[in-house]
Amino acid sequence: MDLQSIVKTLDLRIRCGEDKLKEEIRGGYTGDLLSDVMGNSKAGDIWITRQIHQNIVAVASLKEHAGIILVQGCEPAKDTLDKAIKEGIPILVSDLSAFELTGRIYNLIKPLPAERK
Amino acid sequence: MYEGCLTVVGGSFDNAGEVSGSIKTILKRMGLPSDVVRKAALVAYESEINIVSYARRGMIRLYVVPGSIMIEAIDEGPGIPDIELAMQPGYSTASSKIREMGFGAGMGLCNINSFSDMFEISSEVGRGTYLKIIIKTNKVPLNS
Repeated sequence: MDLQSIVKTLDLRIRCGEDKLKEEIRGGYTGDLLSDVMGNSKAGDIWITRQIHQNIVAVASLKEHAGIILVQGCEPAKDTLDKAIKEGIPILVSDLSAFELTGRIYNLIKPLPAERK
Repeated sequence: MYEGCLTVVGGSFDNAGEVSGSIKTILKRMGLPSDVVRKAALVAYESEINIVSYARRGMIRLYVVPGSIMIEAIDEGPGIPDIELAMQPGYSTASSKIREMGFGAGMGLCNINSFSDMFEISSEVGRGTYLKIIIKTNKVPLNS
């Protein structure tokens, strides 16, 4: 399932990167500890977090994530948004909790661990 | 072949990640395999965040030679009194301000260790810390 379809199905609000939602999502990672995300997420993942400061863009860009979804209706800080636009990282917002959003996305894409190399 | 040196300013969280971003761009332009570039970007990032979080200033040196990438992170900072303890997953001396941003989880050095082919660390209390990291760029099996 591509990111655009996830956005539509789960009513995510697009804050930037509207033109970068065609990527197929095969997996994701949920976490607020940046080193945890650095060490354990994969390229192409959708990252679910409630951190809103600009360092999340550096992490997503270095790890080549497909995008970042902020949970609980958290809005990105202004400099986070500026940086995300510059780096071409989509930022999306959901009103759901990280737990619920992760579960919903997991069910939509049903990642197979063996395929996520 | 490439040799470069990038400066990292202590305490500057707003720009954290820029040096590792530049390193990633340099390595990508050299046409290195994407998994190698990602590993190097990760270890550079963790090294950079350590300098930003703890040191007054520091630098990250990048050397690329056929077969491997070497990254050195040298800082002027408080140093690490007990390296063995600092290497333990989850151990951190980060302030609450640093932790609020999602840093200081005690995973940085562990990440560097697990994503590198060779990792050396030395430190002098009151002076600073030195990291030397090597990532192999050719696909030679680990046990050969």
